[in-house]
Amino acid sequence: MRGIHKRFPGVHALKDVELELHPGECLALLGENGAGKSTLIKMLGGAHLPDEGVIELNGRPVRIDGPQDALAAGLAVIYQEFNLVPWLSARENIFLGQEPSRICILPAKRERKKARELFEQLGSDIDPATLCRDLTVAEQQIVEIAKALATDARILIMDEPSAALSPREVEGLFKVIESLKASGIGIIYISHRLDEIFTVADRVTFLRDGAHVGTRTIDELTREKMIELMVGRSIDQEYPKEPAEIGDVRLACKGINRGAKVQDVTLSVRRGEILGLTGLVGSGRTETARILFGADKPESGKITLDGKELSLANPREAIASGICLLTEDRKTQGLVLGQTILENFGLPNLKSFSRYNWIDRGRERSSMLDHGKKLQIKMTGPDQVAATLSGGNQQKVVLAKWLERNAEVLLFDEPTRGIDVGAKYEIYQLMNRLAAQGKAILMISSELPEVLGMSDRIVVMHEGQVKGEITDVPNATQQDIMKIAVG
Amino acid sequence: MNSNWKKLLSEYGTILVLILLGAGFSVVTMDEQWPADADAAQTLVANLANAHGKGSNALVLVRRGGNGEPFANALTTELKAAGLNVLETAVTQPVGARKALVAIGESDTPLAVIATDRHMANFCKEQLPKLAIKYSVLAKAKVYTPASYKWPNFLKKANLLNIMKQISVVAIIAIGMTMIIITAGIDLSVGSLIAFSGVVTALVIQSVGGDSPTTTHLFIGIASGVFACGLIGMFTGGMVTLFGIPAFIVTLGVMFVARGMSFILAESSPIPVQNPGFGWLGRGEGLLGLPNSVLLMGLLFVLAHLLMKRTTIGRYIYAVGGNPEAARLSGVPVKWILVFVYTLCGLLAGLGGVMEASLHVTGDPKAGNMLELQVIAAVVVGGTSLAGGQGRIFGTLVGALIIGVIRNGMNLTGVEAHMQSVVYGVVILIAVLVDQLKSKIR
Repeated sequence: MRGIHKRFPGVHALKDVELELHPGECLALLGENGAGKSTLIKMLGGAHLPDEGVIELNGRPVRIDGPQDALAAGLAVIYQEFNLVPWLSARENIFLGQEPSRICILPAKRERKKARELFEQLGSDIDPATLCRDLTVAEQQIVEIAKALATDARILIMDEPSAALSPREVEGLFKVIESLKASGIGIIYISHRLDEIFTVADRVTFLRDGAHVGTRTIDELTREKMIELMVGRSIDQEYPKEPAEIGDVRLACKGINRGAKVQDVTLSVRRGEILGLTGLVGSGRTETARILFGADKPESGKITLDGKELSLANPREAIASGICLLTEDRKTQGLVLGQTILENFGLPNLKSFSRYNWIDRGRERSSMLDHGKKLQIKMTGPDQVAATLSGGNQQKVVLAKWLERNAEVLLFDEPTRGIDVGAKYEIYQLMNRLAAQGKAILMISSELPEVLGMSDRIVVMHEGQVKGEITDVPNATQQDIMKIAVG
Repeated sequence: MNSNWKKLLSEYGTILVLILLGAGFSVVTMDEQWPADADAAQTLVANLANAHGKGSNALVLVRRGGNGEPFANALTTELKAAGLNVLETAVTQPVGARKALVAIGESDTPLAVIATDRHMANFCKEQLPKLAIKYSVLAKAKVYTPASYKWPNFLKKANLLNIMKQISVVAIIAIGMTMIIITAGIDLSVGSLIAFSGVVTALVIQSVGGDSPTTTHLFIGIASGVFACGLIGMFTGGMVTLFGIPAFIVTLGVMFVARGMSFILAESSPIPVQNPGFGWLGRGEGLLGLPNSVLLMGLLFVLAHLLMKRTTIGRYIYAVGGNPEAARLSGVPVKWILVFVYTLCGLLAGLGGVMEASLHVTGDPKAGNMLELQVIAAVVVGGTSLAGGQGRIFGTLVGALIIGVIRNGMNLTGVEAHMQSVVYGVVILIAVLVDQLKSKIR
């Protein structure tokens, strides 16, 4: 790709971007949210056409207008949100849209064989007959990759493939990538987890504010150098932990149960404390947080806030008693994407902005602008539609709505997932401030450096149970956590 | 520039369609207009007073029927005020007009002015020369008629008011339907509720008021009809939220039950209300000569707009439609909101039923048949997305107006009923297509 320009109304999204990918190579694409990574890969997937510049494939210019063109050119994009039909089997998903048949009778046998071969190549033992909804996130990812390979793709583009995976599953993914590289397939890999880049990438291309900042081989780079190239300034410390004074227990649960995901979980968070809750994906962390927030009802067990027993029928009651939940998935649970920033911000706060249900819009707006300034939300204004914000800014909007609520206990589920380094840093600082104000924070995270860097205390879950607790965080290592997490 | 145009199109596209339709029908229905009102009388007399001095004798000749009487009176008053001597004011048929002229001829009074409407002007043109041969006093009489002008029948004030009156029931119910559709639901039962409300209202009035119900009895009846429909709406909302049954199915069931109950309660025949006061809402006129139903419609639309834009409930309704899970996790009482919108829609359907009954002063179990589809059409044409989360109350009013204008325009131009149905269908399809294009542009 050479001299690529893309303009959207009001934004010059890509300015003279260059990108070069060799066969059998893994090129990492790095940049903060809003740097233009998504726009770039959408071009390769056929969702946008460049306004200027050329895309060349094996030395010949190609025009990618629509997903069919991309497939024909041997390009396959695996987006962050999987495009699988939950009620179809793995095999049917792989061959969806490219059933190798002239008449409408599907050659199931041949497909099954091909699917098995693909899974074998990817080192996985998924049964092609399993319905996709019954697969784990990691397995669904394998299906997505298999789907791409089934189209004879020579170039694979992966957008945050590790975001939803646990550390062990990520390792599996890396093995798959290695074997793909060995078979001559070029890979463009997007991730915010810098550690992964060192493991998996051969070269790194950096984007900043839509411009091409540079391309380096992995040997030339250090972690600090990477951050500097992405953010444009150096960040001294990735995890700016400032311990706050830790007081009494605020939120606690004792022996709560719900199905297989939450079994006899006992936890407590203290005033001024950041409690890291970690474990593999699917170990029941999110489910525990949902129970603490009243979103799901526990089958048994007790929840107390400041020593008083709570019985939460719904999130509304939890919010009223000062608990808030920053959900893992801001797109489906955190925000009403079609509405404006202001409307999202106001949603849990309307009571305080209204009298007799009549909303004081001036007060609401000025309060939103206040938070927008404090959190440095990049927006055209409070009336911007939430869907058009970048991930980090969406997360900040969700944060703003809970900060306005002045919640006392904050449950943060993967607060920095899919967020760039700069915004992460700001969120960590915010957590420090909140802890210093005497709030209690429960932080769920799969990113072990983050858990180790920010927590005062770490609780590790495995298959719905609390398996261990680490109190001496400064001297703990990722290995210590993983040992407990794998059971 | 380009994006501004797109924004304009998506925000005001429906209004543009409405204006285009109005303009089109105006051109097609352009016609010769013969004014016959107080203004016309004043202009006419002002013109003829210059040519004829005070004390001249005048005759007012107007055909009976329509606006004849008030026009004749206005003419007489104006002529007298201008100092003319009005010999006779005849509101009559040609035979009577002839008699009046003959009487003046017999009495040998010189006649200077005959002020007429369009019909009597034609009569005078034919008959006056013949009579003038016999009676010389008539020979100098000049006939005056208000000048005619070109104006579209569609754009006449009475016609425009008529359109608003015709859409008022559909539009009022469409308020509730808009809110339901914004929550990504639907209500098919409103047409049946119109009948149910009318029948219940008429029955209650009959049973409490007997053969001569008083105004209080009317109010009791209306309250029962509206309230009963509100309860049914609440029931629908309950089924949708508590048991998670799709609204389409629940309201389909309610639609059949309510229609059947209306016929059973009414014993299959319309129930008359024995107090003409009941027609106040459907037929009466209030402020500025606007029909009461239109005034009520305007009031309800303003209130609903404020509810949706300025109150917490409105915000919650949009949020529930946009993303129910995110709304719930933000502390929105999702179930209450759903029950609220279905109850409100039920109440409005009940009100619509009362208006319909008031129009005919009768509770009719056949009323509102298939009207639910017109209501949904108004909402969809008005730009509310069936996927939920998006829509505007005033968009719905424009949608209802578009449908009303098309119906009215086709009636004026003599398009027959089956063709009208085809046109409605095409309009709805176009509206949905535009909606799709709009979201693509975004």
